[in-house]
Amino acid sequence: MGLKRSEFLFFAWRNRKLRIGVSIVIFFVILAIVGPFLTKYPPNEYVEAAAFPPSKEHWFGTTIFGQDVFSQFVHGLKATFVVGLIGGTIGTFLGILIGFTAGYRGGMVDEVLNMVTNIVLIIPTLAVLIIIAAYLTVRGILTESVLIGLTAWPWAARAIRAQTFSLRVRDYVDLARMSGVGSMKIIFGEIAPNMMSYLLLVYILQFGGAVLNAAALDFIGLGPTNTISLGLMMNYALLWAALPLGIWWWFVPPGLAITAIVGALYVTNVGLDEVFNPKLREM
Amino acid sequence: MLSLERVTKIYRLGAFGLKKLVAVRDVSFEIGEREIVSLIGESGSGKSTIGKLILRLIPLTSGTIRFEGMDISAMNSRCLKDYYRKVQGVFQDPFASFNPIFKADRIFRMVHDEFYPKMGAREWSEKVEGALRAVGLNPPDVLNKFPHQLSGGQLQRFLVARALLLDIRLLVADEIISMLDASTRVDVLNLLADLRARGLSILFITHDLSLGYYISDRAIILYRGRIAEMGPTERVYNRPLHPYTEMLMESVPRLDRKWEEEIRVEREGDAAISAVAGCVYAGRCPKAMDICTQQEPELREAETGHFVACWAK
Amino acid sequence: MLQVENLTVYYKTLRGYVRALERATFTVADGEIMGLAGESGCGKTTLGHSIIYLRPPMNYIEGRVVLDGQELPIWDMERMREFRYRHVSLIPQYAMNALNPTRKIGKMIAELLESREMNYDEILPELKRRLDLVQLSHDVLKMYPIELSGGMKQRTVMVVSTLLNPSLLIADEITSALDVSTQKAVCEMLVEFRDRGFVKSTIIITHDISILYQIADSILVMYAGQLSEKAPTETIFRDARHPYTQMLIGSLPKVGVRYQEERLRGIPGSPPQLLDPPPGCRFRDRCPVAFDRCVEVPPFLEISPGHFVACWRAY
Repeated sequence: MGLKRSEFLFFAWRNRKLRIGVSIVIFFVILAIVGPFLTKYPPNEYVEAAAFPPSKEHWFGTTIFGQDVFSQFVHGLKATFVVGLIGGTIGTFLGILIGFTAGYRGGMVDEVLNMVTNIVLIIPTLAVLIIIAAYLTVRGILTESVLIGLTAWPWAARAIRAQTFSLRVRDYVDLARMSGVGSMKIIFGEIAPNMMSYLLLVYILQFGGAVLNAAALDFIGLGPTNTISLGLMMNYALLWAALPLGIWWWFVPPGLAITAIVGALYVTNVGLDEVFNPKLREM
Repeated sequence: MLSLERVTKIYRLGAFGLKKLVAVRDVSFEIGEREIVSLIGESGSGKSTIGKLILRLIPLTSGTIRFEGMDISAMNSRCLKDYYRKVQGVFQDPFASFNPIFKADRIFRMVHDEFYPKMGAREWSEKVEGALRAVGLNPPDVLNKFPHQLSGGQLQRFLVARALLLDIRLLVADEIISMLDASTRVDVLNLLADLRARGLSILFITHDLSLGYYISDRAIILYRGRIAEMGPTERVYNRPLHPYTEMLMESVPRLDRKWEEEIRVEREGDAAISAVAGCVYAGRCPKAMDICTQQEPELREAETGHFVACWAK
Repeated sequence: MLQVENLTVYYKTLRGYVRALERATFTVADGEIMGLAGESGCGKTTLGHSIIYLRPPMNYIEGRVVLDGQELPIWDMERMREFRYRHVSLIPQYAMNALNPTRKIGKMIAELLESREMNYDEILPELKRRLDLVQLSHDVLKMYPIELSGGMKQRTVMVVSTLLNPSLLIADEITSALDVSTQKAVCEMLVEFRDRGFVKSTIIITHDISILYQIADSILVMYAGQLSEKAPTETIFRDARHPYTQMLIGSLPKVGVRYQEERLRGIPGSPPQLLDPPPGCRFRDRCPVAFDRCVEVPPFLEISPGHFVACWRAY
């Protein structure tokens, strides 16, 4: 980073959006880690009478089957973070690798990579996921995340390629080339830092996309067979008519959590943009 | 020292690169030791493209550029680094030359890491301060700042100072003062002129005729990617041979003489049509003859050191 | 005739007011082409635009603008509508690129006239006459902006913006993006329009002083939000009294001057921040002849007929 670490932290701390965004994300991460220890109920066990509203015994109430919602929630939260993290990371990593290479090299390399990207792009992702998921009889969160990551990168690659294309002709990139700096160093020393907030936005989209894709898979019964996730919770709630029955405590916590996490990441992104960009910073 | 031989650059545009844009065609000239050559042209003349070709920032389509006898297109990365030790460039927009998220002096550190990795911190900072003083900057005023905290003039000096850290022989200065304010421009111009005293040659790329006159020994007039005229500055300006140069000299707003009272609107509409076979200026040229639309004139020496590409001469 | 009195316009920013234009007082006579010169950030564009388009972040502070004896309500964007285009016309810096690319030129002009409750067909003969004058074919009206070259677009914009014979034409850097050959044609057109009475007064905003030497009758030099000097063109070049004007003109390279023979000098230093400018003459810090009196703002006084200057050394 060009900013010294202390300077970066100083400006980062001064930025309210960044503080709020990061706080919310950290809050949920902590909840996902600590939560399972706060509850004595296993997430999928039938422990109580059906559809109990929130109480001292069951903080978030129980499902229509009598499962503890809080327990499901914190375990689901963990699963959601795992999917987002692994799926988002794989998608972003592939996007960065292919986007930067195509954008900086240009010419033939770009054309070939562009073709590959377009091919992956037009293959209906969900259909592929369904086929693969159906083929695997035992499915875990990890498999799901990897599958999602492997199909989600084209959008990221395209966006990063376009940005790289416009940045590589900048005068400061030429100046670095005239200083004898190598391609890799130029990409990661000159071009990437200017896209930091952009890459983060890409990561957020990949993260959110992975979470949503996971929910969609869960909905059609192709999700993990051996655990619970926020997506699974909402879909069970929907499936068992929690909405018309007024069992709001079943679907509100997972829905709210997904919204809050993605929203907070977005606010973080805007805040980071202000921190990275010295012109915005001085206002 | 530097020579260009029939240098051509064609850009391919559109889907599958079907459309061709000839940015520079068959341009040949030389820059000698301690010489300031100005490359003068209007927008679209290819002057910046030539600068970028010399700096090997874009590849040639055909022709050769030699520096001290070595073909720069054939250089491997080690040779190229050695080339950049001697040949450097400064561009038009001072703010665009700096990565906005880093402090401005990072460009010096880059030179250190790549060219002088063994030099100690103390010795290096003395060298940097020396270079900054040589371009008329006071080191404490400008070091450790972000680009947007410095003025355009300061940033341009910064870039010249960067070049001075190397064993520079040739500086390509592409419109480097056109974005500076009038009152600070001439100082940067004088700075370039003074660099010659340090043994440098300069290729001064500009659209502003008066700047070219002020600073250069020789002038090259470009028109749509071709050299129209080339020769000692005073002769090109005072006794132009090419009708295009004549038109330029008449049209440039001068401070010692008012324009002649006549409206001569350029026949721009015709310009595009004429580009096929003959002289690229034929469509606008008041002296055009039959041959001008049929065959392209070669650059010929009309008098000692004064070249022109025009059938009328 | 344009009379500007005490015009003060600030920019509102998060950190406070930027004092971009203070107490501007000057007149432009009928038939006068006045050049407005100065470096970037000196307030010349603010001055030009505030007479016609005073909108946020520009803030009207005080002052009057009187055109042909009638005060312009410059602080009121709505009420200015009836004066804009008809009486005061502006050619902005990138007018050529501002043309709507999906509209044919003729259609665009028709719409513009309609919005001023005027009939295109009635004006068409005059429009064609003027296109002839600037040597543009009538086919231009059937073309899209993209089909025109830079110079042709600029000439089209000039014809359109002066079609209703405005009293005042403000041309903001209209030559800076053009090549020297087209530049000359555009400049001479401005003179021609004045000579034919299409416009009465013209203000040409430019950083290129050599252009003003060619076509302006008078030049107003600004520095850091204040007027420095206004005088007939010849006087500005031969007998300027403000040190800034003198040094600025002295720093300009001219064809015929080579650095080996005559080394020009720039002005050391840089203009003050206008967010919180120092009191008094703003050129003080860079001025070689500044003295104690300069901590007071020098008034913009007429020292000889038509020659105004704001400098304590000049009175």
